Amino acid sequence: MTCALKITNLHKTYKNGFVALRGVDLYVEQGDFFALLGPNGAGKSTVIGIITSLINKTDGQVSIYGHDIDNHFAEAKSCIGVLPQEFNFNVWEPIEEILVNQAGYYGIERREAYRRSELRLRQLALWEKHQEIARNLSGGMKRRMMIARALMHNPQLLILDEPTAGVDIENRRTMWDFLTQLNRQGVTIILTTHYLEEAENLCRSVAIIDQGRVIEHTSTRTLINRLGSETFVLDLEERVTAPPRLDCHAVRVIDGSTLEVDIDKGVGISNLFATLTHMGIKVLSMRNKTNRLEQLFMQLVDNRKQP
Amino acid sequence: MNASEQWIAFKTIVIKEFLRFIRIWKQTLLPPMITTSLYFIIFGNLIGGRIGQMEGYRYVDFIAPGLILMTVITQSYSNTVTSFFLAKFQRHIEELMVSPTPDYIIIFGYAGGGIIRGIIVGLAVTIVSMFFTRFSVHNLTVLISTAILTATLFALAGIINGVYAKTFDDISIIPTFILTPLTYLGGIFYSISLLPEFWQGISLANPILYMINAFRYSFIGITDISLWASYGIILVSIIVMYGYATYLVKTGHGIRS
Repeated sequence: MTCALKITNLHKTYKNGFVALRGVDLYVEQGDFFALLGPNGAGKSTVIGIITSLINKTDGQVSIYGHDIDNHFAEAKSCIGVLPQEFNFNVWEPIEEILVNQAGYYGIERREAYRRSELRLRQLALWEKHQEIARNLSGGMKRRMMIARALMHNPQLLILDEPTAGVDIENRRTMWDFLTQLNRQGVTIILTTHYLEEAENLCRSVAIIDQGRVIEHTSTRTLINRLGSETFVLDLEERVTAPPRLDCHAVRVIDGSTLEVDIDKGVGISNLFATLTHMGIKVLSMRNKTNRLEQLFMQLVDNRKQP
Repeated sequence: MNASEQWIAFKTIVIKEFLRFIRIWKQTLLPPMITTSLYFIIFGNLIGGRIGQMEGYRYVDFIAPGLILMTVITQSYSNTVTSFFLAKFQRHIEELMVSPTPDYIIIFGYAGGGIIRGIIVGLAVTIVSMFFTRFSVHNLTVLISTAILTATLFALAGIINGVYAKTFDDISIIPTFILTPLTYLGGIFYSISLLPEFWQGISLANPILYMINAFRYSFIGITDISLWASYGIILVSIIVMYGYATYLVKTGHGIRS
């Protein structure tokens, strides 16, 4: 499989002496949907900044589709589309103009740029607003406009730095569908997000970065399989006064009609339901207390904090 | 990027810049026309009548080329400094930085926008001047070349200021405290032959003097300075400014962390 992104021994020390990256190694396969996760200040945005040449690296190599960013910067940049975390467009320009200009920076003729901007704006349900100045768009629309802008030159690698931050649930799901479709068409996607549900649902591979180092780099499935136990929340039909005694599971009463049950991996939940039914406790609904990836993420990051 | 793609990228930046200042024409085109009209009314007609002739020409005809060139200088400079600083401030300079557009195309594009604004506003002010002066052109080639080269030089200088600027104050310090005094002392309103010898020598260190004299020559055929010296100073200054602007953008000064 061709490598979409290869980062080797990446270091970054800012002028104020802050060491943001301490030898990051990453490998993203072509066609992958890759999550780059980490707590605030872990170094995710620095990695993205270096890939997109907005931040100068201190040391290390970065190659995009085989193009080294130091020696073949134009070829490397042509492969990337970027959606940064913060809005970075001229708020006084009409959105169609922003898109057409972006295409122009990649050497795309104006007529073709107008055609592509219409296509992308229609795909992202923004065509009605194409003459509107960017300032007048809602937060969600601005994000979608930025996705459209990042796609103007049909990049092979799309880097999304918290694309759904501040976006409502409906728009987030529409965006997920769009990104999934894009990935199916062959676009490699790197996603950073604080919504771990998003990463779990969308991404096939994941890397967790903390304190400037990659602490985990594997497939999402492998990572989730490492989870020792999951906590479920059960909504009951009738109130209980004390937690029911369940041999294999730790149980807590949250309020009278809600239980929290820890279920070890491999034990299965059929026994739990059978036991509860035998006790006369009827379960109305069940859900994960936290997203599985979130639980793992917290474990990994917490482990590193402990001396 | 091949040459054709670079040309498209250059055109894109120039068109973007052009549309930017046209969109805000009330701030960019109208004020210099009003200000220059006031200069002509006050210095040309009201006070100029009492001054009499300068180097054998009516005072208003003598100052007109300098006033036009002053507009070209300030407009080309303010276009690039404002636009570049705002691009940094709103972070949309990143649109360009993440693209494969080479650094020199970014410089050419922004400078191109500044030159176009300088020339357009210069033309508008020239039209205004026709209502107050006996308009004549002595040498059209010198007129066009001096205007374009001067606009190029100050558009590049504006980019450098824009790269360094961190606040809105920083984009007005150079125009207020350096550019305006140098322009006023560059012989717009007087011939340096009127100055004592010591001050004539000092004036020769002012590069704007050379530009104004070359430009005045193109209108009325007189100059205090050799035309070749003027072209030499302007061209050398352009090369220095271009080299420095390219260095700043290439190293990402004030743009990349």
